[in-house]
Amino acid sequence: MRFNCPCCGERGAEEFVYHGDAAATRPDANSPTAMADFIAYTYERTNAAGVHRELWYHAAGCHLWLVVARNVMNHQIISVARARDVALAQTAQATCGAQSNGGT
Amino acid sequence: MAAGGYSIFSVLREALRGHTGWGPAWRDAAPKPAYDIVIIGGGGHGLATAYYLAKEYGEARIAVVEKGWIGGGNVGRNTTIVRSNYLLPGNIPFYELSMKLWEGLEQDINYNAMVSQRGILNLYHSDAQRDAYARRGNAMRLHGVDSELLDQSAVRRMYPFLDFENARFPIQGGLIQRRGGTVRHDAVAWGYARAADRRGVDIIQNCEVTGFRTDGNRVSGVETTRGFIQAGKVGLAVAGNSSRVAAMAGMRLPIESHVLQAFVSESIKPFIDGVVTFGAGHFYISQSDKGGLVFGGDLDGYNSYAQRGNMPVVEDVCEGGMALMPRIGRVRLLRSWGGIMDMSMDGSPIIDRTGIEGLYLNAGWCYGGFKATPASGLCFAHLIARGEAHAVAKAYRLDRFATGHAIDEKGMGPYPHLH
Amino acid sequence: MPFQRHRMPVGGLIDRSRKIRFAFDGVNYAGYAGDTLASALLANGVKLTGRSFKYHRPRGIMSAGSEEPNALVELRTGAYREANTKATTIEIFEGLKASSQNRWPSLAFDVMAINSLLSPVFVAGFYYKTFMWPAALWEKLYEPLIRRAAGLGRASAQSDPDTYEKATAFCDVLVIGGGPAGLSAALQAGRSGARVLLADENATLGGRAIDDGADIDGLPAAQWVSSAITELASLKNVRVFKRTTVFGAYDGGTFGAVERVSDHLAKAPTGQPRQRLWHVVAKQSIVAAGATERPIVFANNDRPGVMLAGAVRTYINRYGVRPGQRAVVFANNDYAASTVASLNKAGVDVVALVDSRETPSEGVRAILNARGTRLISSAVISSVSGKLRVKGVTVRTADGRTETLACDLVAMSGGWTPNIQLTTHLGGKPVWLDAIGSFVPGKLPPGMSAAGAASGAMGLRDALESGLASGSAAARAAGFTPAASVVPRVENDSSAFAPLWRVDGGRGKAFVDMQNDVAVGDIELANREGFRSVEHLKRYTTLGMATDQGRTANVNALAIMAGLTGKPIPETGMTMARPPYTPVAIGAFAGHHRGKAFKATRRPPSYAWSKEQGAVFVETGLWLRPGFFPRAGETDWLQTVTREVNTVRNAVGVCDVSTLGKIDVQGRDAAAFLDKLYMNGMKSLAIGRARYGCMLREDGMLMDDGTVARLGENHYVVTTTTANAVKVSQHMELCQQWLWPELDVQMISATEQWAQYAVAGPKSRGLLQRVADPAFDISDAAFPYMQSGVISVLGGIKARLFRLSFSGERAYEIAVPARFGDALIRRLMEAGKDLGVCAYGTEALGVMRIEKGHISGPELNGTTTPHDVGLSGMVSTKKDFIGRVLGGRPGLIDPDRPALVGLRPVDRTERLRSGAHFLGRHASATAGNDEGHMTSVAYSPSLGHWIGLGLLKRGPQRTGEIVRAYDPVRSGDTLVEVVAPCFIDTAGERLRG
Repeated sequence: MRFNCPCCGERGAEEFVYHGDAAATRPDANSPTAMADFIAYTYERTNAAGVHRELWYHAAGCHLWLVVARNVMNHQIISVARARDVALAQTAQATCGAQSNGGT
Repeated sequence: MAAGGYSIFSVLREALRGHTGWGPAWRDAAPKPAYDIVIIGGGGHGLATAYYLAKEYGEARIAVVEKGWIGGGNVGRNTTIVRSNYLLPGNIPFYELSMKLWEGLEQDINYNAMVSQRGILNLYHSDAQRDAYARRGNAMRLHGVDSELLDQSAVRRMYPFLDFENARFPIQGGLIQRRGGTVRHDAVAWGYARAADRRGVDIIQNCEVTGFRTDGNRVSGVETTRGFIQAGKVGLAVAGNSSRVAAMAGMRLPIESHVLQAFVSESIKPFIDGVVTFGAGHFYISQSDKGGLVFGGDLDGYNSYAQRGNMPVVEDVCEGGMALMPRIGRVRLLRSWGGIMDMSMDGSPIIDRTGIEGLYLNAGWCYGGFKATPASGLCFAHLIARGEAHAVAKAYRLDRFATGHAIDEKGMGPYPHLH
Repeated sequence: MPFQRHRMPVGGLIDRSRKIRFAFDGVNYAGYAGDTLASALLANGVKLTGRSFKYHRPRGIMSAGSEEPNALVELRTGAYREANTKATTIEIFEGLKASSQNRWPSLAFDVMAINSLLSPVFVAGFYYKTFMWPAALWEKLYEPLIRRAAGLGRASAQSDPDTYEKATAFCDVLVIGGGPAGLSAALQAGRSGARVLLADENATLGGRAIDDGADIDGLPAAQWVSSAITELASLKNVRVFKRTTVFGAYDGGTFGAVERVSDHLAKAPTGQPRQRLWHVVAKQSIVAAGATERPIVFANNDRPGVMLAGAVRTYINRYGVRPGQRAVVFANNDYAASTVASLNKAGVDVVALVDSRETPSEGVRAILNARGTRLISSAVISSVSGKLRVKGVTVRTADGRTETLACDLVAMSGGWTPNIQLTTHLGGKPVWLDAIGSFVPGKLPPGMSAAGAASGAMGLRDALESGLASGSAAARAAGFTPAASVVPRVENDSSAFAPLWRVDGGRGKAFVDMQNDVAVGDIELANREGFRSVEHLKRYTTLGMATDQGRTANVNALAIMAGLTGKPIPETGMTMARPPYTPVAIGAFAGHHRGKAFKATRRPPSYAWSKEQGAVFVETGLWLRPGFFPRAGETDWLQTVTREVNTVRNAVGVCDVSTLGKIDVQGRDAAAFLDKLYMNGMKSLAIGRARYGCMLREDGMLMDDGTVARLGENHYVVTTTTANAVKVSQHMELCQQWLWPELDVQMISATEQWAQYAVAGPKSRGLLQRVADPAFDISDAAFPYMQSGVISVLGGIKARLFRLSFSGERAYEIAVPARFGDALIRRLMEAGKDLGVCAYGTEALGVMRIEKGHISGPELNGTTTPHDVGLSGMVSTKKDFIGRVLGGRPGLIDPDRPALVGLRPVDRTERLRSGAHFLGRHASATAGNDEGHMTSVAYSPSLGHWIGLGLLKRGPQRTGEIVRAYDPVRSGDTLVEVVAPCFIDTAGERLRG
């Protein structure tokens, strides 16, 4: 496999380290359901037969964490993005969503 | 003739008539409308479960449904090693039961799966590693399992061709389980299939499960590509695909699917007697009775359902091989394959009930499923027949992650690809 | 034996001016440069080359390429010996030595051929049915016998003396195969300016264009090939790799290839490897790997002298060798025309063409008519006579009549199987093509195409055309503009074919997979026993599992099984392949990663100095750290370590701790960030102070420990353990980039940028004062315990000073930029001479930390909680941090968990060992009584006896209790007393000075 690293360009997968599912976001530790939330976050996986969003780390390169959309049936890479950008966008969207929900 | 026994006499008799008298090793059954118990997955574990259900628990009306051909999953894609050299109390009794079942398997099922106890040697390369192996070896001995800690000279006597001269990580010694060894993997599936068949189990190939039917919170059968099959109880033994099948029942499992490659070399005159694992790299090796070096190493390290891996891991494994035994440099790698591992969150398996009554789960075998086959079958059969965990499989609960009772042999935490 | 009596007087691509001498089974022969071992043996009339795997049947040369199942030899001798090497792929070199294998005492008389007599018993799968009684005899008798008989050649018993290397190549278009299709594709893509890489497994390009002796553009094909090679060489953007097998297609347009750099030479040239492993990264790839001819399955089709017809043409046209004197051609297709033509050209007497079809096409008949060669149509060869070589054949016609023909060569052709392996490596499913009786590529992976025979374009003109078209398409897809292509003038040879898979009724075994001795009867048995799916068939009979990967066997086997079950062939199964295409030396995959170069070696900054001192180094991950520094007169390591510990405890010692991970953390939110990572609070840490901290994993288990020093308002330096330096850095990056990207914090690992020394002992400050620049006050008032700061040393070298203690003594860690590390250790040791300074290594470091009860690797084993190691008091309850929530699960707060204690032997003279398990003093040695284990031990020079740390159930509540430390694997069983884990200076007075 080869990843198109947003910082370094196209590189072989051997430079990268897989971490895990990027679908889950870390729960709020102060929520009343925190324990159940953290158990699901840490241990449960959808592990679908199709495209996964995964966290990869460019260990032998720029040290960026990446969110990679990859088809686990055929190893085709669909997209590669900076994890930081993805996380910030998710937060923005969540905040935005919360505000609009609050408005209705 | 399908019911006929296998022996040297039957082989000689058949030799005289051109082997025309042999019948199918197992019937290619068509699905009946209903069974008491349906086992999903015609791999080693599923077939063994069906066999023990019939033999040990007196169950009748059992079917094994398999989406392709039996033995096509991980029982046909592994490096054939059997051992019970585990560290943790949740694991040792289970794998030791498996070892004992292996030791009597051939006479039990009347099929020579070539259980070959030529020993498994785990090498250590540092004081810390030695002490970790001592801890493991002592744990095994406390459970009545054989283990010996060898020093360098003892290892050298067994395997004089290992790199003792120029190694980056010199070999200091090893932990050996002499009862460990290898088993002809395909024969395990065929042997259990034949033995189960002879006890009336229907083995239904090319029958893929497409869904579950439930009655309230109780399972009532499975939808398949060959129609609905009613079932009182359903056992799921589809390691490699557990998440996909469990999802049909609405479950999310503590499992990721990872690819593990393995390799076999051209056939050469045997010189490696037992199984040797390298302690300073990802490499382990044995030599088959046909002469091929059978070896492997680490997971590719990413999720996959593709049954194939990539070249960096091939190289990593061969580097380990050359570091350990540089005489194999000119031996050629003949075939590679990739198996899909049910990698659980703590590296240990699950044999448990599920939230749906009558639906039982056997999953999360990581890359240890082959050696577990007999015990997994027996314990899963016990669970399905009796509704409670077998004495040696009590730790393999699905809720152990929620309660904080992970069985983490390697101490790697909730990162399946690191186990 | 007359010299090369089967060599044609002219013809072939061999260099007749260069005679090459070689030996086979100890007999000397000669061939010409350009010969393979197979062609040279045939030229010398050698037909018997090996014995089969199971039945030890005599076998000869069947093919002329890497599909060879039979002619396997041990090549070279001694440490260079290579088992199972295909004679058809070995280029001969001066002095080559090869021997036959799997025979005893000799090739012509092999005792194990008795297996052949027992073949009625030794059918597929017979061993699954027997050898079961008595059970004990399996390991003792049956299996040793089986293993003695197992295997073909012998691997060298010595380390491989050759070297291997790895390289990466990038290209726009990778062309796999340099036959007519591949050459055309490479030319067409190359002319467009695309970066082209052409790889061919053979020593010379041209493929079947040369083998078949065809004409292109009115000239012998060899001339067209030669001008193509010249043009390719003139294109700067084209690279041609001969002797290079592309063995695997991997994800993302990556291919594995092995270049046999020196295998055709007596010895690898200086500086050159034996083989080179290539990672080829290609935007587009064209599989032009040709096709493999299929044998026909008839009785005794394995006898030496029964050859593939295409190979017969190759030996004649490429090597100028007559593979026999009197040939019978047996075919089900029109390639027979060129076979007969080639035999005619070579002066071989063609006894007859036995064609299974009613009427061969016009072209075939024309060639036969030209010389009056006999055609026996609607006929088959039902069996072969002769044992060590072919003596004749029995021909049976459709009406059942038989006739015996004397011959010494059978040229058979069951049709051709496209070499589609690379197109299936990534899961591409092939499709069946009736016209050629084989599978062709189906849906291909992105960027891949197939051309020539590999794509099912079987004729020469088809091959050239499809090569040009693929070359154009690939260049275009890679962003280039190819010119219009011109197809050379060439006649398309007829590839008409009518299936004939097997011939029944002959006397003798009819082989499908020659090397693994799988005969028709075995497939019939597999069918009878229900092993009908192709995977069952292969596994039950071992069909296709031999070193030739079943290239000549797989399709025949499928067709025979389909015939037995009455199902169409594509429903019976497919021929999916996995890498490698042909077997690849393990050494090539390993490259230079063996011996000391297996993994990189990291050397700490004091390495050179330590080496001068005669330090004994230990591997710590990739690091080589000094374990201890023996001095003259010291006789064992314990004496040395004891001296080092005593020196630290009484004077001063210096230890290189540069291997600890050092991560620089900066930013406005650095404090908030660290607070989320560590289980204890970091926000309150004052500037200039340092604090011990522990990180947990999200599952609540300890991940790592170290110190956090605050150098400025927004500047921290954290240390990690040596083992976890990379892991923690990666974890922190994840937290920063993914979990809390909104925090203003940046970090970088500076482990290798700083040399860091622990200076420990009552005289440590005195020593440091001698290297620190006078401007800096490091008095206890200015620099108390757990202080940190930036100073300079040795006259202006910037340094970081931390007052930390692992040893329990007054101690400091001083860090300077790594390039000054060597200077600093030398200055410290020089300056401390009169203070009695010594260097100490990891052993003494370990002893002192155990004496103090500090946790390390054995306690931080990934399954311990803060409570387990006595650190629950540190866990903050005021904040969220990684691991907090799940750390509260019942299993992690169970009071019965083993927890950290100190241990000392009741009999103080006894030695302790880590890895021993704890049992109650009077408890029996059973699993149920297991209460934990000894994690670390040391001989304490301070106390004069062995001490240990361990994790014991409810340990801290059991102080004073005596338990067994049970260590059966080392015959140990010692009574130990449970004590507090800190053995010396429990009040911590020494470290505060």
